[in-house]
Amino acid sequence: MNSVITSSWVLALAPEISLLVLLIIVLIYDRLIKPEERRQIGLVSAWGATVILLLTLGLWLFGNEPNVQASLRDSLIWGGMLRHDLITLVFRVMFLVALIVTSLISMDVEKLQRGEYFALLITATVGFSLMASASDLIMLYIGLETASISSYVLAGFLTKDMRSPEAGMKYFVYGAFATGVMLYGLSLLYGITTQTNLYVIGSILTGAQAIPVEANAVLLLSAAMIVVGFGFKIAAVPFHFWTPDVYEGSPTPFTAFVSTASKAAGFAVFIRVFTAGALGTPNPSREWWAMLVAMCIVTMTLGNLAAIYQKNIKRLLAYSSIAQAGYAMIGLVTFTPDGSGAAMFYLLMYVFTNIAAFGVIILVSNITGSEDLDDFRGLSRRSPYLAMIMLVALLSLGGIPPTAGFLGKFYLFRAAVNAGLWGLALIGILNAFVALYYYLSIVKYMYLYRSEEEHISIPVSRAAQVGLAFSTFFVLLLGVYSGPAFEWTLNAANAFYALIG
Amino acid sequence: MVEQIVFILVSLFTLITAVVVVTNRNLFHAALALMASFLGVAGLYVLLDAGFLAAAQLLVYIGAISILIIFAIMLTRRLMHALESPFNSQWGLGAFTAVVAFAVMAGVIAQFWPVTPDSVTPLASRPEVSASILRGSVAELGRALVSSDAYVIPFEIASVLLLAALIGAIVVAWPKAEDE
Repeated sequence: MNSVITSSWVLALAPEISLLVLLIIVLIYDRLIKPEERRQIGLVSAWGATVILLLTLGLWLFGNEPNVQASLRDSLIWGGMLRHDLITLVFRVMFLVALIVTSLISMDVEKLQRGEYFALLITATVGFSLMASASDLIMLYIGLETASISSYVLAGFLTKDMRSPEAGMKYFVYGAFATGVMLYGLSLLYGITTQTNLYVIGSILTGAQAIPVEANAVLLLSAAMIVVGFGFKIAAVPFHFWTPDVYEGSPTPFTAFVSTASKAAGFAVFIRVFTAGALGTPNPSREWWAMLVAMCIVTMTLGNLAAIYQKNIKRLLAYSSIAQAGYAMIGLVTFTPDGSGAAMFYLLMYVFTNIAAFGVIILVSNITGSEDLDDFRGLSRRSPYLAMIMLVALLSLGGIPPTAGFLGKFYLFRAAVNAGLWGLALIGILNAFVALYYYLSIVKYMYLYRSEEEHISIPVSRAAQVGLAFSTFFVLLLGVYSGPAFEWTLNAANAFYALIG
Repeated sequence: MVEQIVFILVSLFTLITAVVVVTNRNLFHAALALMASFLGVAGLYVLLDAGFLAAAQLLVYIGAISILIIFAIMLTRRLMHALESPFNSQWGLGAFTAVVAFAVMAGVIAQFWPVTPDSVTPLASRPEVSASILRGSVAELGRALVSSDAYVIPFEIASVLLLAALIGAIVVAWPKAEDE
């Protein structure tokens, strides 16, 4: 690695640098405008993120950044801290989309019309983005902390509300503990290899030289501890206890953000650390592989069974998001390019789907003031379009064609079957049926039940319209024409595995 | 041999003060014990030839963080005098978990014991550190933090992290009357 900063190194960081510029713009703009115009901050944030998204895609399409043909050595930049490859790009797109739509659906929540809120959303996005590209333990940890600290504050942002500070505090305490355990695991890994770069660690542990027997036990312990931290991020059982409380208490737009972007970032580090061989060659003979498979099964099943009994729609979607993390883990534990590609596609479609669902919840609860399932009675007569969007989102979560969720699950299960994990695919399919029950029960509330307020339609601002239409469009588009997107994530995974193997 | 004895003494000091932190009924005394425990950790750093880390530990943990904790305790008058039991109904379970976790970790690490010159494997040996790095460790650390083929990005992102924490602190501490 040479120490000369090349333009490609800087371009690789262009999205993060622009996000920081946007952060400063938002903070200054917040001071310049009158309090009545505070709503505009969300618009600045959304437009800024859109420009950055276009810049990121433009650099890829026209500037050949990231270079798909680059060798492992060339794609490791800034002294091996970051890796600039297609996976980085895929996840960046997810985070930026999440930021855009979250900004749009936050605009009409009066208590969130503050510069600090959007500033923290942006710092969280920077953190997620760096987590997804980190290839060094130190970088990974700093990225994770940047994202986490912002998230803790965002969860407790409504300081006057009763539940929001509680959610923030719970998130913080659980998070600090999980991160602490993870850090211990990372330090054990450093202790036996004296390296912090994931790929250097990987080449030591998977290299020709046999690993001493003593090191295997340390590796297993280290893997278990690292999984605590990552499992917390993706809300996998048994590290899921914070999820329902935090999702319920947090401001709803942030719930949408944390359930999509934060989960995706957790999966990004999962894919990077485990498939880089940083804990030994990833294959079913590893002890920790069985642990991950067990987590995957329990996460799917428990998430779905607990969701059935929920009466609060945010809690229901919290348990559903636990179950969805379980499905995506199927793709992860196959440790094949197919599986990782399918997991990334699943997360991509989940960003659009879940944000659309939460967008509708925000609009409804803005009027009704609560988040009970009962608020959705007669929604199809109150606001047919909102009911329609919710229907599409729920069908996608449940995995019914022609929505993206169907293909997402299809690719995942196919990857599992191709990898010989028949049982896992079967459990996934059975779980999908259980999940349909509670997703369709929301539909039942919206379409079959009547309410007394049917004639009052729910006002939808232009920003929310754009945000919801955008997400719904992509849920349907990825459902009927998923080829390019799936190929894109598959290419990313293939390139990743090709360089490691 | 002398190093071994000093290590045991410093570790004992760190552990005993740490136990005082979690068992003392008076929160203020617990905070003082925490400072002593931090001092013990600084001693461990010195034993590991990490002089700069030891100094940072003294300045940051004992000089700043402990003082902050003590400020927080003194500003909340009720906490200053209250003698609360540090045990709650789940302490038995907590102690059990801690003992199991300790046993697992000790068992795993004990596998490397004893470390004799011929049993040393590349993965278990102490890393080779050249004398020049040890002598100029602060300069090396400083260079590593700002050079582009080392830790400049994490170093810069740490400032974003601090900015986020700063904004967060403002959000949490903002006077509630001015909220609306």
